[in-house]
Amino acid sequence: MSNEISKFSDPGLPEHVHRKTDTDPKAEKRAEQQVAILFVLSAFFTVLTIYSYIFIKTNTFIFLPIMGDTNAHQFFLGIGLAGSLLFIGFGAVHWAKQLMPDTEVVAMRHEMRSEDVDREDFVQTVKERAGTAGLGRRSLIKRSLGLAVGLIGLTPLVMLRDLGPLPRKQLNTTSWTKGTRLVTDPGNRPIHVNDLEVGAVAQVLPELPTGTERTLENIGTDAVLLIRLRPEDFQLDSERLSWTHEGIIAFSKICSHMGCAVALYEQQTKHLLCPCHQSTFDVTRAAKVIFGPAARPLPQLAITVDSQGYLVAQQGFTEPIGPSFWERSS
Amino acid sequence: MNFGFKKVASYRRHRFAAPALIVVALISLGTTFSMASALTGGPHMVGAEQTTLVQEGKEIFARGCSSCHGINAEGGNIAPALVGVGAAAVDFQVGTGRMPMADMSQQAMRKRPVYNAEQTAALAAYVASLAPGPAAVNDAQLTFERDGNTAQGGELFRTNCAMCHNFAGQGGALSQGKYAPTLMGVEPKHIYEAMITGPQSMPVFSDKVITPAEKLSIIKWIKAAESEPNLGGASLGRVGPVTEGLLVWTLGLGILIGIAVWLAMKAR
Repeated sequence: MSNEISKFSDPGLPEHVHRKTDTDPKAEKRAEQQVAILFVLSAFFTVLTIYSYIFIKTNTFIFLPIMGDTNAHQFFLGIGLAGSLLFIGFGAVHWAKQLMPDTEVVAMRHEMRSEDVDREDFVQTVKERAGTAGLGRRSLIKRSLGLAVGLIGLTPLVMLRDLGPLPRKQLNTTSWTKGTRLVTDPGNRPIHVNDLEVGAVAQVLPELPTGTERTLENIGTDAVLLIRLRPEDFQLDSERLSWTHEGIIAFSKICSHMGCAVALYEQQTKHLLCPCHQSTFDVTRAAKVIFGPAARPLPQLAITVDSQGYLVAQQGFTEPIGPSFWERSS
Repeated sequence: MNFGFKKVASYRRHRFAAPALIVVALISLGTTFSMASALTGGPHMVGAEQTTLVQEGKEIFARGCSSCHGINAEGGNIAPALVGVGAAAVDFQVGTGRMPMADMSQQAMRKRPVYNAEQTAALAAYVASLAPGPAAVNDAQLTFERDGNTAQGGELFRTNCAMCHNFAGQGGALSQGKYAPTLMGVEPKHIYEAMITGPQSMPVFSDKVITPAEKLSIIKWIKAAESEPNLGGASLGRVGPVTEGLLVWTLGLGILIGIAVWLAMKAR
């Protein structure tokens, strides 16, 4: 017994199986009609598109099952456009599959490598032309060309710089400073300490100096959520407790994970929930992360009252608000 | 030709049977999500004699509520004290059918009210007589049609309500199976009472932070959102990119896969 592995013989192409349309003239006729029907359907949908664009009023509503009250203008426009393109495609594919020749054709691939004669010829040409152009001799031209081509690459690099100013200290600072009044968002009304019942929340922003316009960027960094609990609910260290006022506690609304607005406050569990990635913060423990991907608690804003009893900030935020960035220390 | 049962049954071996079944399954899966059911709110409240109302309410309370909330509404292990919650809280909880609770699951849900308007008013009067609290809202206060400002209401809604109740008031999930319910089809007075009492997970929105006029604007905006037509086609429950993505990934991609399979299939 020899252990030689016997060679496979090339099985070749499978035997060609004729389609029904190749053998049965009736089937061929039927396929032809089917293709025609698909093309006519496409034409019908084009007419429907033009009809609904011109003649169906834009405020016409019809009731459709599942969809409910639907704008007829938009609906038939969409159906018409979709149908007119789709049925041309269906018709073409059906035509190709059923009626066009389906015999297998073998196209042999040739070798990718050029023939040796051609390769030598090419090298010869390059050498000859480079010699006559004097690339080897004229070093002044060669070097100045190198300088020009090299410098051209700098232009896009310089333009990249224009994509925006560097953030500098922007990520570390907000509009909150010592004595900034807390005002309602929207409405810009100062909040008196007696305005909030236990269990109440308020979306607040810093009062800006008169004449200053509040930008969206301001709102995106300054937004704060104010919550009033019973003072005995807090489990805070003495410093953080001194940042609250009669059970009123304030946190940055910008999530420390990805910067979404954290404002889903559950009054019974006293949890704050971020709608984007379900990070959950415990309000009674200085917004400690109890679930989810957030790495840090929400920054707490130290608050107190001014002489008239309105809530003000004791100081700005002691840490950068929002998500992590490269230069952030923690 | 015979179209009997056997004939139909033989189609299950048809070469299009499997793709057709997949398409049917995908369509039903995709469209189930755009189905939404809405319940109707509770009946309106009518006024009655105050003292007899309190007495009547006390009787109803003793029969229907005291087993959980205590005989004098002092609360128990499974239910909070109701002293000082006010008539507004009772009108909201009982008027929307949340109380009495049907089961002690994650949270009380809106259902058919157990008590009628008069009984609800009596219960509210009784609880209000225990200690002062927010009063129930009557229809005369709800002049949102006249005094509300839809644009202002929308701004307030997006800042204060949208994070829980969804940007179109369709409701959304909270933690541990709790949820913020949809605001569609809720009586205006119940919306108002929820804002001033803060039922269940919802915080209180004080009158100084969101003024009564602003509350009316919010209600007007919710009512405008409720009757807003779906100009862009199927609303898919107006819950944002989740259903849209689901529909594209199941129905859309399913159809494309079906077409790809058909394209590559050898003609016979």
